[in-house]
Amino acid sequence: MNKHVSPRMNRRAFVIGSAALGTGLAIGLDIPFGGPTVVRAADGSPEVNAWVVIRPDDTVVIRVARSEMGQGSLTGLAQLVAEELECDWSKVTTEYPTPGQSVARKRVWGDFSTGGSRGIRTSQEYVRKGGATARLMLIQAAADEWKVPASECTVANGVITHKASGRTTTYGKVAEAAAKLTPPAEVKLKDPKDWTIAGKGLLRLDTADKTTGAMVYGIDVKLPGMLNAAIKDCPVFGGKVKSFDEAKVAGMKGVKKVVKVGDSAVAVVADTWWHAKTALEALPIVWDEGDNAKVSSESIAKWLTEGLDNEQPAYVGNKNGDAKAAIAGAAKKIEAVYNYPYQNHATMEPMNATALYTADKCEVWCGTQNGEAAFAAVLEASGLSADKCDVHKLMLGGGFGRRGMTDYVRQAVEIAKQMPGTPVKLLWSREEDMTHGKYHPVTQCKLTGAFDANNNLVALHYRLSGQSILFSLRPEALQNGMDPAAFQGVAQSGEAVFGYSVPNLLIEHSMRNPHVPPGFWRGVNVNHNAIYMECFMDELAHAAGQDPLEFRRKLMGNHPKHLAVLNAVAEKIGWSKPAPQGVYRGIAQVMGYASYVAGAAEISVIDGTKIKVHRIVASTDPGYIVNPAQVERQIAGSFVYGLSALFYGGCTVKDGRIEQTNFDTYNSMRINEMPKVEAVMVPSGGFWGGVGEPTIGVAAPAVLNAYFAATGKRIRSVPLRDQNITFA
Amino acid sequence: MANLTINGKTFTLDVEPDTPLLWAIRENAGLTGTKYGCGIAQCGACTVHIDGVATRSCGVSVGEVAGKKITTIEGLASGDTLHKVQKAWIAQDVPQCGYCQSGMIMAVASLLNEKPKPTDADIDAAITNICRCGTFQQVREAIHTIASA
Repeated sequence: MNKHVSPRMNRRAFVIGSAALGTGLAIGLDIPFGGPTVVRAADGSPEVNAWVVIRPDDTVVIRVARSEMGQGSLTGLAQLVAEELECDWSKVTTEYPTPGQSVARKRVWGDFSTGGSRGIRTSQEYVRKGGATARLMLIQAAADEWKVPASECTVANGVITHKASGRTTTYGKVAEAAAKLTPPAEVKLKDPKDWTIAGKGLLRLDTADKTTGAMVYGIDVKLPGMLNAAIKDCPVFGGKVKSFDEAKVAGMKGVKKVVKVGDSAVAVVADTWWHAKTALEALPIVWDEGDNAKVSSESIAKWLTEGLDNEQPAYVGNKNGDAKAAIAGAAKKIEAVYNYPYQNHATMEPMNATALYTADKCEVWCGTQNGEAAFAAVLEASGLSADKCDVHKLMLGGGFGRRGMTDYVRQAVEIAKQMPGTPVKLLWSREEDMTHGKYHPVTQCKLTGAFDANNNLVALHYRLSGQSILFSLRPEALQNGMDPAAFQGVAQSGEAVFGYSVPNLLIEHSMRNPHVPPGFWRGVNVNHNAIYMECFMDELAHAAGQDPLEFRRKLMGNHPKHLAVLNAVAEKIGWSKPAPQGVYRGIAQVMGYASYVAGAAEISVIDGTKIKVHRIVASTDPGYIVNPAQVERQIAGSFVYGLSALFYGGCTVKDGRIEQTNFDTYNSMRINEMPKVEAVMVPSGGFWGGVGEPTIGVAAPAVLNAYFAATGKRIRSVPLRDQNITFA
Repeated sequence: MANLTINGKTFTLDVEPDTPLLWAIRENAGLTGTKYGCGIAQCGACTVHIDGVATRSCGVSVGEVAGKKITTIEGLASGDTLHKVQKAWIAQDVPQCGYCQSGMIMAVASLLNEKPKPTDADIDAAITNICRCGTFQQVREAIHTIASA
């Protein structure tokens, strides 16, 4: 197969076919798995069901509702459908349904949200059922044609065979008939042990176009008559536009219009984006910055430090015994204070969206991690009803959580609304993207551990102070004011459980919400919680005079899955044997997104300030693995993202605004700084965990613990650049 | 107006001489494979070849490249035959989101042109593009595969 001329990702839009159109788009149509009315793709090919379209030439079009942003879910989800469908993988292509189509069909494609490492794990069951149901219908159609029982027919690679009569046919030939059948009420899914397409490290379906420049990202959209917009939002979060002097730029080359966007931003619309940006920079804008202009990183840090005080109120997230009393009566105690800064997602492709608004229709083209959230933003900003709006999803130039937000979509619609009939592409400059992020939240943590006379850990008090993401973005998810997600990785139950047993434990959160908008940043709260807990575990081990691995193992007897990945990493890196001369090791483990992960690093340190990372080993138990090659890449990539944040990241606040404006002040690791990541995959089955995020949690603590082993110095503050520590 | 030679074709573009080459390529010539990442020549997403040399096109003005041969990602293949870097990228599944990969591929093609068998140190010195997905391991392995072919 020539992959160059056969891109495996089909970006052609499809529409609900003529048979359904008569009543089809009326609210209430529900064709979850086929049914007597044939629904057709744009080229007329029948939908066997919402997930599977089969063309007469046997091409299998698998619908994928979740978004591809590099993490590989597009391919993984297609593998799961194809596995149950028993089709020919070489004939598989994929297609995104639009959120508008899904809403019109009573959300037949379910959730579009692609965050929280949920892309595969929360949809795997129903997409596999989609594949299995389609398989049974296709076989039934062949059996009906041959007038034989379906039970006598078998299928492999999309070819149906009736052995007794020696007849064969293909999916493409029976798809039309299959689409008319009533779907079976129940289907049995394969045991993952029997997988032949899923579970394999197959090549991605979306690679070829990414090597030729042909892949269309949001920034690349071209529409007839399209104009381009550059935008500037008030640099101080919460501020407003007071005034701007349009006349100063009206005559500049290419400028078409200057528009206010919401109450806080101004955009210049021009023939090209370069003209729009040039004019925007020349546009005098007066801001009403408000009281937030008084806020700085120092004032935020002071406020958070106050939250570490036990007298201040806090939410309890995990507790057993009486930690405070046990600490008070302990033979020995140690205490440490850590902090973690704001981080910007810094996706390589800055935020952008293209909108076309008319009085009776509003369409948006963009990369989004959540098609339905983008759709809702279009509805709200346009004021039009759901049947008059849609969102066309494109490849994302990185997401990492940022593109789950819809601020850029709303802005694009608000601009387009002021220019009805003209498509407008809004693109943020890198500077706008850096200073108007949805930042990884800022926190501090005071940890106190207490030992009995035999150096057994008897109490641990983990007092977190800082920002809640849910408070800002999903207040309805707070529980009596408490943000349960704040305890990711140190929680009592759920998908991010604390992996140690400590007789007296208190984990609590003093919530303090500065004005800087927080967001879900790859790994979310696991990032800082894992640094705090895993670095402090190292401190405790050191205080007890014990090996950091052995110290942890003793506390993990009740957490066999946590322990298994830790052991896997320890074995792979050779923890029981000495490291090479001048090389030092650190280790860490955490649970997040229902997966168990551990990491270990080997580093050397020059003059206390130059770190060379020689080796990284990381293990994960996500239950099941759909594509090991992609899991390996996600693990390695999560370390690049996590270590970039550790060494180079950190967004600081001055006069109410973010100080870092581009990659010169918010740098990212390069190839020379990143060693190979040796991935150890130990899927134990029985549950479905996430992949994209969990391992980021162990990246920073593994390196920080190795730094202590090398230097005897604890680093309790991120980023390292603030301490003049960098890569060797 | 400016005449630019891109991928062997002459484009007469309505563009001011101080316009960054990146934007002339993307918006005026309509070749969107070359990506905008930072605008300050830090990230390398906009890397093209100017007279065969890998160059960050956001940091070069249209006026500076008059008469020079510009090659973008769209012009790297010879007709239907992909460049060896593109072939290796597909065979080894190098891209994740892929947004930085046009620039990465152009930088690697230039390196291999100068040093057909680069060492790890050569790669470290020459390939300074940012990839936020972090597909560095695959980049390095694919370069070595090409070099050993």
